Amino acid sequence: MEMTEASLRAVALAVAHLADPEIPVISLGELGILRDIRTGADGVPEVVITPTYSGCPAMGQIEDDIVAALRAAGLPGRVVTQLSPAWTTDWMSEAAKEKLRAYGIAPPQCGSQPASATGVLQFSRHAAKPVDVPCPQCGSHHTTQTAPFGSTACKALYRCLDCLEPFDYFKPY
Amino acid sequence: MKAPVDYLFHLADSALVLGQRNAEWCGHGPILEEDLALANNSLDLIGQARLLYQHAADQINGDAALAQRFAHLQGARQDGRVTEDTLAYFRDTAEFRNHTLMELPHHGPLVGYAVSERDYAVTIARNFLVSALMVLVWDRLQSSRDAQLAGIAAKSLKEVRYHLQHASDWLVRFGDGTEESHLRAQAAVDHLLPFCEAFWQPGPAERAAAQDGTGVDITTLREPWNLLVNETLAEATLTRHDQPHQGYVAQGHVGVHSEHLGFLLAEMQSLARAHPTAVW
Repeated sequence: MEMTEASLRAVALAVAHLADPEIPVISLGELGILRDIRTGADGVPEVVITPTYSGCPAMGQIEDDIVAALRAAGLPGRVVTQLSPAWTTDWMSEAAKEKLRAYGIAPPQCGSQPASATGVLQFSRHAAKPVDVPCPQCGSHHTTQTAPFGSTACKALYRCLDCLEPFDYFKPY
Repeated sequence: MKAPVDYLFHLADSALVLGQRNAEWCGHGPILEEDLALANNSLDLIGQARLLYQHAADQINGDAALAQRFAHLQGARQDGRVTEDTLAYFRDTAEFRNHTLMELPHHGPLVGYAVSERDYAVTIARNFLVSALMVLVWDRLQSSRDAQLAGIAAKSLKEVRYHLQHASDWLVRFGDGTEESHLRAQAAVDHLLPFCEAFWQPGPAERAAAQDGTGVDITTLREPWNLLVNETLAEATLTRHDQPHQGYVAQGHVGVHSEHLGFLLAEMQSLARAHPTAVW
């Protein structure tokens, strides 16, 4: 089958509205999971996705959602998972971060994961103190980490010491 | 260029077995936050294992000699092809290549028919010793000549950093905590450290991978690991009693396991083996 720019655009359009199953306010594209839409070697369109965390249980759901969206639109296509380059929260757009905040999840504070491999030894305890995370509810910087792992692998649990609300923090990855 | 499947098994089995062990805390954590932390930790480890098994399965399916070698594994195949589940659920104890350290129960050594409750100090001390190794291993494997393994390493490194941070925090809290917590943390470290000697005695698969540039020469990581471990132990007011190493070196990574792995696998594999064609 001859794939044209137009048919790839149709595929892109069909999957554009799909959101992360855990965070329904941001799209797969905004989250940085959707990496590419291309024509495979056999001419079939491929939707390329990359996992967030290795064990993220949402990946199966995301793949199913894409396949279902293509089928509903009557389009051919398959999902290809690609590991490299590894997903990072740096790919999240500012608009996506704002949506996260409005949804009640503090967006990742970039740069708090060491960017390079040489940072590994330094990333033991001292350099890894929880960063200053503003409360998504009231904006206060007077917050504290309750637990380094929260409701999903990608989040930590925080608490605001001013408005006293607990909230999720999307960890830098 | 692909890493030897036995090397992938070594990495995958270590991640899977530790992930399964730590998942025993699910619903039994000492506090809710730790219950979640350990479950998340296991999720990462099992996710890493899945990627590694899938990579191994691709090689087995694409190579006639390897396919023949694993022909005895018949469960969870898809269209006759080996899957990640075939490798995780249908290999027996002696085929696993994880370090013995990963399979030990969450308590100190026992004698005879003695039983013990799980001790969180053992859980934390093991996660600390293993994470300290794996940040170094994954960091190095990012430049593996096996591109897929390098991709898995780049992801895993980000995850294991959080594991190390979590385990280090708790080890310091236990070691530099109450008299009771200090005693238990010291006992856990004394119990587990000798099993780490096996890290530095690579098996044939690890040596082959280091040789062809797909793996890492693990012996070069001994000094950085010591630095990392000693720094945190000092902060935790804990003492190392394992140097120089004396006596038996654990052999799990070459397939000679403790009595504990069989029970762990029995629990993990029984469902899949009872329903070898099940899909979920």
